[in-house]
Amino acid sequence: MEYLIGIQGRDFVLVSSDRVAASSIVAMKHDYDKMFKLSEKIMLLCVGEAGDTVQFAEYIQKNVQLYKMRNGYELSPSAAANFTRKNLAEYLRSRTPYHVNMLLAGCDEHEGPALYYMDYLAALAKAPFAAHGYGAFLTLSILDRYYKPDITREEAVELLKKCLQEIQKRFILNLPSFTVRIIDNNGVHDMEQISVSNL
Amino acid sequence: MALMDVCRFQDWDPAGFLFGEKEQFLDQGHGFAFGARNGEISVPRGLDPVKFLKLYTDGDDEVQIKLHHGTTTLAFKFQHGVMVAVDSRASAGSYISTQAFKKVIEINPYLLGTMSGSAADCVYWERMLAKQCRIYKLRNKKRISVSAASKLLANMVAEYRGMGLSMGTMVCGWDEKFVKTCMSSADARRGTCIPSINPLDLGHLADGSKTHCPGILGPGLYYVDENGVRLSGSMFSTGSGYGYAYGVMDSGYKYDLTVKEAYNLAQRAIYHATHRDAYSGGTVNMYHMRENGWIKVSQEDVGDLHHRYAAEAQ
Repeated sequence: MEYLIGIQGRDFVLVSSDRVAASSIVAMKHDYDKMFKLSEKIMLLCVGEAGDTVQFAEYIQKNVQLYKMRNGYELSPSAAANFTRKNLAEYLRSRTPYHVNMLLAGCDEHEGPALYYMDYLAALAKAPFAAHGYGAFLTLSILDRYYKPDITREEAVELLKKCLQEIQKRFILNLPSFTVRIIDNNGVHDMEQISVSNL
Repeated sequence: MALMDVCRFQDWDPAGFLFGEKEQFLDQGHGFAFGARNGEISVPRGLDPVKFLKLYTDGDDEVQIKLHHGTTTLAFKFQHGVMVAVDSRASAGSYISTQAFKKVIEINPYLLGTMSGSAADCVYWERMLAKQCRIYKLRNKKRISVSAASKLLANMVAEYRGMGLSMGTMVCGWDEKFVKTCMSSADARRGTCIPSINPLDLGHLADGSKTHCPGILGPGLYYVDENGVRLSGSMFSTGSGYGYAYGVMDSGYKYDLTVKEAYNLAQRAIYHATHRDAYSGGTVNMYHMRENGWIKVSQEDVGDLHHRYAAEAQ
């Protein structure tokens, strides 16, 4: 029902998520933000079971901020991703596993931009592009076809729009608008929301 | 001191601190330690509540505990504050236990909580919330914000995830000042953050200037449920009759309703939900949250409303 997508370029990562918070068949909110800011240059996009998403993502968010307070510098995206995965794996075989699917996107001065795909079974994979949700079935092939490693920001936004157009056309559920953010060495930047009208 | 006992505050013991046992002297804050030194969920040893309950909710047994939010409650923000309306029927399966159940808990003069789902869970956890709000006010000398109150409630029930709590509630109140900031600090400084599509999300900075940061000032409305979901919004409805209430509310709602129109809309939405939903009925209890606190607007039997609306339609 929910959709996440991330595209990594040469020096940026573009991420987008839908804005619907649903409960069974009813859309309770049309402007819900599924992205969590872990630090100045790392975003965590989190979807999955109601309640689990916010609880787990905020737990990770606060721990990443605690690391910065204790040590004086921020976790790198790969460290944050592995920390998140480890927590997910520990909870997986406990009484209360968290059913969450995530994308972690960050930009590091030393490692460059990074996009990590994580699923509810605590799998972790670094990928140039990734997506979650039923929409992923429709859009991953579009990313396969048109992505190139040195993609520019404008091209990445065009590619994102192609994916969102496909969702509008073929996905049975109505996802009218999407939050778009771009992460680069200067931090996180909000971009113009994409909705049905400006696709 | 009585207050110290209530808060389970214990004096700081330097000897304990040296040996690293200071955890037990810290006040946990949530208060449901039930006398245990360390805060813990009180179940008998060896019992796994999640597995135990799964037998009776997901199994094929003839005896099934059906956990549904039987009720209709609604709340919406408009230019003059927050309207809250609830029905008053309590049911146990197909039996109506009472038609006069109070589904709005008056936490304090500026905070209301609605209840849907299991009556016991709602009443208990919202009373715990009331206690936490009071303690917050005593410790910090200022009112708790609606955002913080709803977060407290969401975190309290999230600890009992999977153990069969059934609670869908809306926390409504009026905040004293701007409480939330923009996600992107760079954009917040420059003032270039994305305007929220919700006109009710206009925030005010400390110096009085307006910002399109999705800040929350004034009326506050949060939906919290037993899964730990916590959503801020301008209109919610919970319970088994929520769909019916949404239908009437959505088609008659605009931000610039007058007070009378808002009372009418809230009452009609609950009435229509009680008309269609078997598990909702009794009376419509209506509250209006204003800047200087809430007022109870009315309590009308849905049967009387039925005849009144029918006569009006003539």
